[in-house]
Amino acid sequence: MSTGAPLPQDFFAAFGAIEQVPAPWDGSEEGLWTLLQAIPDPEIPAVSLVDLGIVREAHSEPATRSAAVVITPTYAGCPATEAIRQEIVRVLKAAGVADLRVELRIAPAWTTDWITAAGREALQRFGITPPCTIAGNLPRALQFRPACPRCGSHRTEQISAFGATPCKALHRCQHCREPFDYFKPL
Amino acid sequence: MNTPAATHESTIDLKPLGPQHAAWVLRLADGSLVLSQRLSEWCGHGPVLEEDIAFTNIALDLLGQARLLYSHAGALEGQGRDEDAFAYWRDESEFRNPTLVELPNGDFGQSVLRAWAYVSWQCLVWGTLAKSRDTALAAIGAKSVKESRYHQEHLGNWVVRLGDGTEESHRRMQTALDYLWPYTSELFHLDAVETAAMDTGLAPGLDRIAEIWTANTNATLHSATLTVPAPTPFLATGRQGRHSEAMGYLLSEMQALARAHPGARW
Repeated sequence: MSTGAPLPQDFFAAFGAIEQVPAPWDGSEEGLWTLLQAIPDPEIPAVSLVDLGIVREAHSEPATRSAAVVITPTYAGCPATEAIRQEIVRVLKAAGVADLRVELRIAPAWTTDWITAAGREALQRFGITPPCTIAGNLPRALQFRPACPRCGSHRTEQISAFGATPCKALHRCQHCREPFDYFKPL
Repeated sequence: MNTPAATHESTIDLKPLGPQHAAWVLRLADGSLVLSQRLSEWCGHGPVLEEDIAFTNIALDLLGQARLLYSHAGALEGQGRDEDAFAYWRDESEFRNPTLVELPNGDFGQSVLRAWAYVSWQCLVWGTLAKSRDTALAAIGAKSVKESRYHQEHLGNWVVRLGDGTEESHRRMQTALDYLWPYTSELFHLDAVETAAMDTGLAPGLDRIAEIWTANTNATLHSATLTVPAPTPFLATGRQGRHSEAMGYLLSEMQALARAHPGARW
């Protein structure tokens, strides 16, 4: 539960993300999206927060150099949510946003269908098979056999319904015998 | 776990639907938190690594629900209580979870069966909230139902696997079922708080979920070759704040750190 304390400074360094100094913000909404697009997810640093569908809205007020960002949690209990909020604040402040408001909104509920094409490609390259796009139909989604991200075979089996993070399950390819993560449809 | 989980509150008009509104939300929150605590006890003790991970993942999702619900209850109450105040600084009689979720874990089968019974009930409650007049609560329901369905699916598979497994696993599951089932009637008992939740449009259709839950769970228990125990007149009283002897131990472990070091920070 809450302690009110910020995460340690080296949190992102420890989880493999590179802390970069962002380019200065030009005051536009487009510029805001460019900055957000460059922020990696703390648990899957290969994919940006925007491509995961976590950033829902970004608004700017160029005159006052203020901005408002709306984010949504993936899973209700995902511990990365607070880290994500803090990283957005850090990056946007460093880029010159004077007044920033980050709102956490849970409705409409996040779905893996919001992961962009670029996000799906990045997951695949990272060795995580992207979710099937029928998250709304759970019985069918659970029948779906994800392809191996390495050899592409659909001869795969589930090893564990839950994985290293709330959003993943562990599978194994019966063709190349490699285990792999599957991003669960939600 | 550093800022309020539900900052969306600020944008929503929070006018309680009657005096029992926050009390009903707290029952839901307490159910999620206490079951989360019980499942967390399996961390490092699961029979196989995969199920150790499954229980702790489910526990994390339940904790996420609890945080959203506590923050919402605190906002409704308007007395400045946050999620930590509810979780760590209330005493046993102030917790209003159904007794079912606080009972000791028992063996793996008993833990599976209890969690499955509760999350199956949760799935139906989240469904009733879709039509709630409390839009913030409806949003929590819509968020949670997707996760709860995964839990129900995973745990239900284990109920069948163990019930229809070996002679020993079947025996243990039947023993667990006979022990746990009398406690489930509390989930559907329509006392003043539950009735108010229905009548105010907070959770419409709450009186219809008992029938659906019974049909759903009976179908799975039948597949598991288990015998559904006959109903008994016993009614558990956790929701009234009168808990089993297991609750005090659970709370003392859960609250020890926060109370030994008030205001402690990481």
